[in-house]
Amino acid sequence: MNINATLLAQTIMFVMFVWFCMKFVWPPIMQALIERKKLIADGLAAGERGKHELELASRRATESMHDAKQKASDVIAQAEKRASQIIEEAKNSAKEEGDRLVAGAKAEIDQEVNRAREVLRQQVAELAVAGAEKILRREIDAKAHAELLTALKNEI
Amino acid sequence: MSGETQTSAEYIKHHLQNLTYGQLPDGSWGIARSAEQAKEMGFWAINLDTTIIAFLLGSLFLFFFIKAARAASAGVPSGLQNFVEWIVDFVDGSVRGSFTARNDMVAPLALTIFAWVLLMNLMDLVPIDYLPLIAHAAGLPFLKVVPTTDPNATFGMSIAVFVLVVYYSIKMKGLGGFVGELTLQPFGKFGMPANLFLEGVNLIAKPVSLALRLFGNMYAGEMIFILIALMGASWAGATFGSTLLFGSQVVLSLGWAIFHILIVTLQAFIFMTLTIVYMDMAHQEHH
Repeated sequence: MNINATLLAQTIMFVMFVWFCMKFVWPPIMQALIERKKLIADGLAAGERGKHELELASRRATESMHDAKQKASDVIAQAEKRASQIIEEAKNSAKEEGDRLVAGAKAEIDQEVNRAREVLRQQVAELAVAGAEKILRREIDAKAHAELLTALKNEI
Repeated sequence: MSGETQTSAEYIKHHLQNLTYGQLPDGSWGIARSAEQAKEMGFWAINLDTTIIAFLLGSLFLFFFIKAARAASAGVPSGLQNFVEWIVDFVDGSVRGSFTARNDMVAPLALTIFAWVLLMNLMDLVPIDYLPLIAHAAGLPFLKVVPTTDPNATFGMSIAVFVLVVYYSIKMKGLGGFVGELTLQPFGKFGMPANLFLEGVNLIAKPVSLALRLFGNMYAGEMIFILIALMGASWAGATFGSTLLFGSQVVLSLGWAIFHILIVTLQAFIFMTLTIVYMDMAHQEHH
């Protein structure tokens, strides 16, 4: 309990320890702490940035998906339209072809009818002439009346 | 209980006596064998137990902290480094909270005080008779284990703090500013003697209160440990009374030790915080 030179010894030790602490303990530890603080802050910032980027990317992805869908439905609609157009065109051309064929057939039939009529007319004329000849053999010369007969034939 | 024939008073006194080295009455130098001898040695004697234990504990502190400081990196900290950084961060927070000026010395000072005082106080939790008994076996008459129960230790630190406070007061405010602070407040220049008295008491009270607070708390704690230890000392065979006292000692020692952990830490923290506050006052123009 006596105050003695221990006081001085303690003071000297104290100063020594503080000096050591100030020189070798505090600066490196503080340095490390500050560095780690910065490292953590950087890491957190990077994480935040990554999250933000992810959000942007997912938004972009949704947008492009939406676009693609839109485009696809456009293409489908166009294709449908085109298909119906083609069907319509095909129908028209088929109808035209049919009409043409029918017309051709009709014309042929007409030609055939005409030809038949021509033949018939010829035969009727001949028949008439033959009949007239038979009747008139005796009375009329065929040669003298040929002109008359041709005119008659054209009239029929 | 280091002797069969000791009385309670002797036991207590024995525990409160430092191992003092100095000049013996016959003129030779050696270790004092009694309290009276230690007293007669005067100022030029040294308490070996306080000095050596304080030195060992301070070295222990520096050993672990320098080890951690060497390995310190911004990467993931190891166990020891983590613990050291936790304490450093805690001290740094205290300094940032109370100390407003810029001085790179205050934080290491605070850390040293906290760690060293805490370690010295913790010696109180070593069972009270173990180390003195070992010392007795080694031929040493006394051993006071807790350095902070020696006023020399606490005053040694508080005087160093006081010198720093005065040094920085003069450095920051100039000699005139410091003297002005002592003499021109609070009554103006016409109340100079009263001012000097008031401010002088104020100034001297800082190291005294700093030292006595720590010393008083630890001394009282130690004293209670000694008194509790006396309960078992009255062992007189397996009677009901002796058994009860012995059991009480066990329970009370445990209870007081657990409570003392709080005091030990609190006193170290208070010593540190007050040092920071005094240093802050030294750096400020007005207080």
